Amino acid sequence: MNKPADLLQGTLNLMILRTLGLEPMHGWAIAARIQQVSQEVLQVTQGALYPALHRLEQQGWLRSEWRKTETGREAKFYTLTRAGRAQLDKELAQWDRLSGAVGLVIRMAEE
Amino acid sequence: MHWERWFDIVRLRLRSLLRRNAVEQELDRELRFHIEQEIEKSVGRGLSLSEARSEAVRRLGGIAQIQEECRDMRRTSYLENFIRDLQYAARMLLKAPVFTLTAAATLALGIGANTAIFQLLDAVRLRTLPVREAHRLAQIQIPNMNFGILEGADNLSYPLYQEIRANQQAFSDIFAWDSGYQTQRLGQGAETRQASVIAVTGEFFTTLGLGPAAGRLFRSEDDFRGCRTPGVVLSYALWQSEFGGSLSAVGSRLIVQGHPLEVIGVAPRDFTGPEVGLHFDLALPLCAMSVLNKSDTSAFDRRDYAWLNVMGRLKPGWTIARASEHLRAISPSLMQATVPSGYPRDGLDHYLQFRLEAISGATGVSQLREEYNRSLWLLFGLTGLVLLIACANLSNLMLARARAREREFSVRLALGAGRGRLIRQTLTEGLLLAAVGSAFGLTVASVLSHAILRFLETDGQRLNLNLTPDWRLLGFTVAVTCVTCVLLSVAPAIRAAQGQAAEAMKASARGLTADRSRLGFQRLLVIVQVSISLILVAGAFLFVASFRGLVSMDPGFRAEGVLQASFELGGQEHDEAVLQQLLAEVRATPQVESAATTTNFLIGNGMWSLIARTEAASRDVRTTWVSPGFFTTLGTPILAGRDLGSSDRRTAAKVAMVNERFANLFFPGSDPVGRTFRTLAEPDYPEVEYEVIGLVKNTRYFHLQSAEPPMVYFPASQFPPGAVGNMIFIRSRAPLARVEAAVRHRVAAWRPGIGMQFHVFQKTISGSLMRERLLAALTGFFGALAALLAGIGLYGVLAYQTVRRRGEIGIRLALGATRGQIMQLVLMEAGLLVFTGLVVGVCGFLAVARTAESLLFEISSRDPIQVGGAVMVLAAAGAIGSMLPALHASRLDPTNALRDE
Repeated sequence: MNKPADLLQGTLNLMILRTLGLEPMHGWAIAARIQQVSQEVLQVTQGALYPALHRLEQQGWLRSEWRKTETGREAKFYTLTRAGRAQLDKELAQWDRLSGAVGLVIRMAEE
Repeated sequence: MHWERWFDIVRLRLRSLLRRNAVEQELDRELRFHIEQEIEKSVGRGLSLSEARSEAVRRLGGIAQIQEECRDMRRTSYLENFIRDLQYAARMLLKAPVFTLTAAATLALGIGANTAIFQLLDAVRLRTLPVREAHRLAQIQIPNMNFGILEGADNLSYPLYQEIRANQQAFSDIFAWDSGYQTQRLGQGAETRQASVIAVTGEFFTTLGLGPAAGRLFRSEDDFRGCRTPGVVLSYALWQSEFGGSLSAVGSRLIVQGHPLEVIGVAPRDFTGPEVGLHFDLALPLCAMSVLNKSDTSAFDRRDYAWLNVMGRLKPGWTIARASEHLRAISPSLMQATVPSGYPRDGLDHYLQFRLEAISGATGVSQLREEYNRSLWLLFGLTGLVLLIACANLSNLMLARARAREREFSVRLALGAGRGRLIRQTLTEGLLLAAVGSAFGLTVASVLSHAILRFLETDGQRLNLNLTPDWRLLGFTVAVTCVTCVLLSVAPAIRAAQGQAAEAMKASARGLTADRSRLGFQRLLVIVQVSISLILVAGAFLFVASFRGLVSMDPGFRAEGVLQASFELGGQEHDEAVLQQLLAEVRATPQVESAATTTNFLIGNGMWSLIARTEAASRDVRTTWVSPGFFTTLGTPILAGRDLGSSDRRTAAKVAMVNERFANLFFPGSDPVGRTFRTLAEPDYPEVEYEVIGLVKNTRYFHLQSAEPPMVYFPASQFPPGAVGNMIFIRSRAPLARVEAAVRHRVAAWRPGIGMQFHVFQKTISGSLMRERLLAALTGFFGALAALLAGIGLYGVLAYQTVRRRGEIGIRLALGATRGQIMQLVLMEAGLLVFTGLVVGVCGFLAVARTAESLLFEISSRDPIQVGGAVMVLAAAGAIGSMLPALHASRLDPTNALRDE
């Protein structure tokens, strides 16, 4: 189940899990939130978002249900499951290690 | 810990599989919602609605592609694809009902035949006894025991059994049972019926590790010499049929052979006995045999009477090889301790050389296995070949179909279908066909295996084989199905994979001549088919010829119109006056033409022998004691001298009649009549000098299949141990059923209560030829099937090729080729294929024919006439198969053929 994902896939997953760690959200809101929080730096490829969401759901990290939005429209909301939260912690730790290591290498190259 | 997660995963997978439409709709709604949100946002930024829409769709990317990716995430696409392939394959097969029916029927026959033979092999060979740790059981026997004393390798004498029991170290315990299941009378008066009885030692059930279904089973204390009131253990089946499975059966009395015996318990349901193919109704302790047989205890003391099968359970840590080694080591002292008395010196020396061995007893012991082992493996091989031919045939048909669908495949390739997908689909079609074939095949197998079993049963002998499907049979069928699927679809799949989109479309659109290189594989398949068929047909020829030889052979007697009758005289079996009166009663029955007593019914009814000696020779000869009129009754001609007569009384000079073999061996080159020979002493048979008074034609003795042995016929009135005569041959011209009724009536009127058994001699003989008959029938059937399939295969390829070459043939005709030349063109091609196949087949046959040698009667396994016959049959099948396409090709209308191009 835990295939080593490539960096982009991995980061997208991580960002989705992190975003959903705050509160349940629908797909469009997730994309908007990531864009907003990253100060418009990260544009989520919308085409990749939905397959990623479905994959995470199929792996049991997310659960989905149809709910009304504030504007009264039906949307599919994703919630982090308990297993998903554990996975988020794991991936965060991995990310810290990885980004730290990449940082070290890049700084060394600068000198 | 993550069971919740797994629950989620399973729920989602099931949902995507089972509620596919709902899931798809949700995906749709989800994406639509996204687009609407985007539009709203953009409109909020001041774009027009249509601008906002196109902007949103652009940002999202290809919707169809996203949907497909989301579907892939469900991880069920492979299954969905498989189901879709299956549906598609089913549609394709339904669209070609003739092909599908042919294929399914061919496969059902092929797979069914294989499974049936496997089922029999499984039942006879592979099933282990339903006892505790069957693999720890070993049978104790003497290998290669073949001498006047103690015949039959797996039987041991009672004194030897006791010696082994006292001295062996390898087994935690050993036990024995009477190898000849006895048929005993059960009940009294009008309700008498026959029951099959097994006599076992007290350790039988405990060592096998069996527990009772009710009551208790035998213990060591139940079996002791001189037991008066032995208990009886019922088989589960008899318990059900006689007592309705009631617990009150235990403790009740059952009348066996006139003795009321107490039922002490019931054997477990699965256990039908230690011998494959036989079953017991009642089990008695071994000591009961002397109670039932009028206190005759000689069987327990005689050292030359081998009647026990012996098995043991290995001690922990012992292997069969080690136990065998141990038995061999202690054999000399055991043989020394049990050496029979009253035999000539050289026979005893031979006895002392006997060495015991242990062989696996996990699957029980079986006469049936020894008799049918080779035949079943041979048939198994043959059915495998039949299946192979069937697969080659269908593979060819599927190739032809694949070619017809080349256009479809190239279109799909051009539209971007993956080659993998096309291969998968071809395999799916093969799988579907194989599965359908197997499903029908299982039915065919069940019918066939039961039919074979019924076929093998004779009047007297019911075969009790467990043919209920088990995991091994299931596994076998699944394996056969998979192999069949692969064999069927590999060639078409490779073809599908090689397809070049553009090229194939071009080729199927135009192209005057078929690309010959691409037909190579199909040709190869035809050659393979023809060659394998030749092996099958030649095998069939051999077995049929062998059987015909047996049936039409002159056995030295005329069996038609002869009855075998045996009588139970209730203790007066050795009363001379009663026996004479019995024969007189039989002879006086109106329809009886002649009748004579014998000590031995020929063919499959025991072997008697003594050692005879003259100056010229000294060896064992077959012996029978008969009354005057024996040769007339059997129709065996007397060649010289006189027949036995009423003057040859016990007190008169000792006389004998001999057959030609005897005369040639003991009196070479001279007239035997008037000469004398001596017999060597055996217990009850003192050394006597006999004068030969007549010479008779050779007759078959125990097996119709083996050559006539040297034989001596003595007058029954001079039978050394006393009076004999309760076995009578009867000859009559009247229908034998009427004769039997008349004799029964007359004997019953003379002495009510006499037990009588009648057998039609010819049925006994044909019963002894069951194996040969079975082999002839089945190989004949498989051979015919193979020839048919080969013919059809050839027809298929040629017919297809003719269609492919329409254009070429059209041009040839247009350029002036005659119709004869066109026929020649096709026939030459066919002839080459068949010829190559036949050459390969003959070589293959000669290579494997030896395996059948031991099953053939007086015919070489490489008999040129039979092989030649097979070649003719296949050549004929090939000719018929190719004539139709050749005619078809020659009748092409060139204008039509060319216009089509």
